[in-house]
Amino acid sequence: MTTQRLTPAPPEGAWLGIPPFPKAVKTELENSTQRKNLRHATGTIRAKRAVRASEVHNWEELRTAGEQIKNRVGRHLDHYLEQAEAAMTAAGVHVHWARDGKEANEIVTRIAKEKAVDEVVKIKSMVTQETDLNEHLERNGIAAWETDLAELIVQLGHDLPSHILVPAIHRNRSEVRDIFTAEMGQYGKAAPEGISDDPPELTAAARAHLREKFLRAKMAVSGGNFIVAETGTLVIVESEGNGRMCLTLPETLVSVVGIEKIVPTFQDLEVFLKLLPRSSTGERMNPYTSMWTGVREGDGPQELHVVLVDNGRTDVLADPQGRAALRCIRCSACLNICPVYERAGGHAYGSPYPGPIGAILNPQLRGITSKVDQALPFASTLCGACNEVCPVRIPFTDILVQQRHRVATKKTSKHPTIEQGLMKAAGWVMGDGKHLASVQQGSKLAGRVFGKKWIGPMPVPLVDRWTQARDVEPPPTETFRDWWKRERGDR
Amino acid sequence: MNAKNEILGRIRRALADVPKLSPEEDVPVDWVHGQPLDTADILADLVEKIEDYKATVVQVGADEVAQAITDGLKAMGSQQAVLPDGLERDWVAAVEHAGVRVHRDEPPLSHTELNGIDTVVTTCAVAMADSGTIALDHGPGQGRRALTLLPDRHLVVVRADQVVSDVPEGLSRLAEAVADRRPITWISGGSATSDIELSRVEGVHGPRTLYVILAR
Amino acid sequence: MTQSTITKTERAPGAGIRVALFATCITDTMKPSVPIATVKLLERLGCTVVFPKSQTCCGQIMANTGYFKETVSTVKNFVRSFGDEEYVVAPSGSCVASVRHQHEMIAEHAGDKELAADASSTAKRTYDISEFLVDVLGVTDVGAWFPHKVAYHPSCHGKRFIHLGDRPLQLLQAVGGLQLVDLPGADQCCGFGGTFSLKNSDMSVAMASDKARNVIDSGAEYVVGGDHACLMNIAGVLHRQRSGVKTIHLAEILASTQEEGAR
Repeated sequence: MTTQRLTPAPPEGAWLGIPPFPKAVKTELENSTQRKNLRHATGTIRAKRAVRASEVHNWEELRTAGEQIKNRVGRHLDHYLEQAEAAMTAAGVHVHWARDGKEANEIVTRIAKEKAVDEVVKIKSMVTQETDLNEHLERNGIAAWETDLAELIVQLGHDLPSHILVPAIHRNRSEVRDIFTAEMGQYGKAAPEGISDDPPELTAAARAHLREKFLRAKMAVSGGNFIVAETGTLVIVESEGNGRMCLTLPETLVSVVGIEKIVPTFQDLEVFLKLLPRSSTGERMNPYTSMWTGVREGDGPQELHVVLVDNGRTDVLADPQGRAALRCIRCSACLNICPVYERAGGHAYGSPYPGPIGAILNPQLRGITSKVDQALPFASTLCGACNEVCPVRIPFTDILVQQRHRVATKKTSKHPTIEQGLMKAAGWVMGDGKHLASVQQGSKLAGRVFGKKWIGPMPVPLVDRWTQARDVEPPPTETFRDWWKRERGDR
Repeated sequence: MNAKNEILGRIRRALADVPKLSPEEDVPVDWVHGQPLDTADILADLVEKIEDYKATVVQVGADEVAQAITDGLKAMGSQQAVLPDGLERDWVAAVEHAGVRVHRDEPPLSHTELNGIDTVVTTCAVAMADSGTIALDHGPGQGRRALTLLPDRHLVVVRADQVVSDVPEGLSRLAEAVADRRPITWISGGSATSDIELSRVEGVHGPRTLYVILAR
Repeated sequence: MTQSTITKTERAPGAGIRVALFATCITDTMKPSVPIATVKLLERLGCTVVFPKSQTCCGQIMANTGYFKETVSTVKNFVRSFGDEEYVVAPSGSCVASVRHQHEMIAEHAGDKELAADASSTAKRTYDISEFLVDVLGVTDVGAWFPHKVAYHPSCHGKRFIHLGDRPLQLLQAVGGLQLVDLPGADQCCGFGGTFSLKNSDMSVAMASDKARNVIDSGAEYVVGGDHACLMNIAGVLHRQRSGVKTIHLAEILASTQEEGAR
């Protein structure tokens, strides 16, 4: 028996259907439309971010302030969470705590059932992507409608998000038109007959499709960009106004927020509300920011819930180096600047958190038991572009190397591996100049074999990975240390 | 153990390496809050930044606001307008003068009714020049949040003394409203999206037209 | 065209300065022309160059693959080889970045406080060639002659981890006969990334191919950089594509003079 789904089904297997990064990348690289879309989009946003950051005369001090404030929160998280809970409760908010994604999903579902709703409208939220809330609600007979334009494109396209800020960054306008034409009518107001692929026209279709959902919704689910511990204020930054619709019109609002999203004081927001939009969309300010402090009689939802979610965050916190990743404010500047992300897209990372932040966060949040998570710390050339743009100065490359160490240690904990053998051998060779000199006898011999001719494709395992697209200059018959001995003697 | 205690326990175990100091002692923050920007002409900066969002700004003398409202509504082609409590009386007359049908939110209009009204006219709490941001604290003259959300056009009057250089000062001015647990909405231009190929489209769900009257 | 020349007698900014050359394992073994050029350049500027023979490598290939324990012997050897030198100079921003940024961490990780302190101290005296020339010797015109069209690829570690800034460009701009052309997408990584090129070979090739295309589009005869590993990656693709564009190390250009004849 097949049950009729309420919302468009995500792809078969969803994130679990995606292989480890090096293999997933192979497929993504062959998708030339996606590569073009990504190159265009990341290039555009990168340039905008650079301009907006350069406008702020004390940008570096601002980044340092962001880093320090977030460090203060992380290192005293218990204190700030209790303060935030007390302030929210005093303002009439029901505060819930969820140890993991499952518990968070159950809390939201329970509230929906208590309110007897069969649908909720949603503001784009990373944490509910992480917990896969929509599918949990679907299984419980509740339709979750994504209202952010890009999330809507992803949902209607039976797709997965590929970017933190612009989840449909991998789609171009004509793909969006095809998705809207095929799908909108099945779940509400159809796209106008003969709609073009002009972004304003597509946006107008989304406005009309979602407006009826906003007006009838009794319950909304949101994430949260910040919770102010001092006042119990929740903050959501957005562009389209779908957030304001969800935060204002329904009777019940449930905000699912990671425990690391706290800032100590209301005034501290000045740092983040300057850093975030400029780093994220490359704007001086995002069109709309909503702040609410409990229930306001006669204005907005009269029942407010906040679900504080751990779901692995305390594991991240336990690593004194890795915990810097919890400073992340989900701006996606690291994705946009990353040459690997630009070519791979988001799906290859096997998580709603792609790019450099995904490469350091997923293995810490989820652990390194799966091949997918073991591969993520290696999905980087360590070029360091992400370090420079991060508004809270996360040292991505340091954490990547630390996580590589964690993976290497785990992989070699039971049995020695070939890679470990090679590294041990390298350690021996490089431990003494004499050892290196003896190994160089081999490279010189190869140099005599190959002569001056560059080496072409070689069907040797591992070597072929290098020579599939590159020739290799033959090694010299005289190393530098030979030359030195010959020319300069023993000096 | 309940979830709260378990999570707090996990956090305390995770932070075993952190010395038992106050947060402020443990992590100093080298940042002075609430500082203004050294902007030569704050009003001019505000105008430039709002116009950059493709919103309209008109600058008038303090005694010309009513006329500017009439002109603005005509320019936007408004037919009906919802007016929150607390607007100056001659502004209300100015709306009527523009031939626009006035709705009051008393008794509260339903969402469907509000959705059928094309314009809202409000004041604001503070405006931040550097980012071109207008903040509402939904006090008198601003109405509840739905009023400035469902109508497609938002005409907002900003007084010169409400304009500050930048976000830090803006937040300082909003501290009292937050202490009173009033909701706050920041508006920087009309609603917009860049979700299709990162090309910016002005006007999505929130008011698609923002019309600002700056009263000097 | 006139040529600027520095002779030892006329102007020798390096006179009396002893420099320990860190040749780096990759150029010592695979591309001796790079350390040879570094020696000739430094000697031309009046420096006394020594080559501590016990030296090997910076260890980043092990460290960056996650094998910290296996890196300790290399860090120890680096400190043993260079710990007493006042100036350690390498023709590689990446190896210098590893020395400065990782050696102390590796020693700390092994619980060897003494090595950590020594590594930190040695790292402070270790320079990339362009840094040493501009900051220590205070020269940008080294009297080089290289009459070719050249595009500069700023390698990531030199640019972002040791902040070379425009030092390499200052040096290139002062080279006689050299015409510098813009490299599109210069800021982007070439895709080498050490073991990344094997673990994520398809991505590495995609990045290297884009870099090579940009090099070709620049119209340059040579692409110059400060790290041989990146140049080897780019050269591999340029050669496979029979593009005719060559790679060259910054030290090789700076060592070229009109007398000796450019390459």
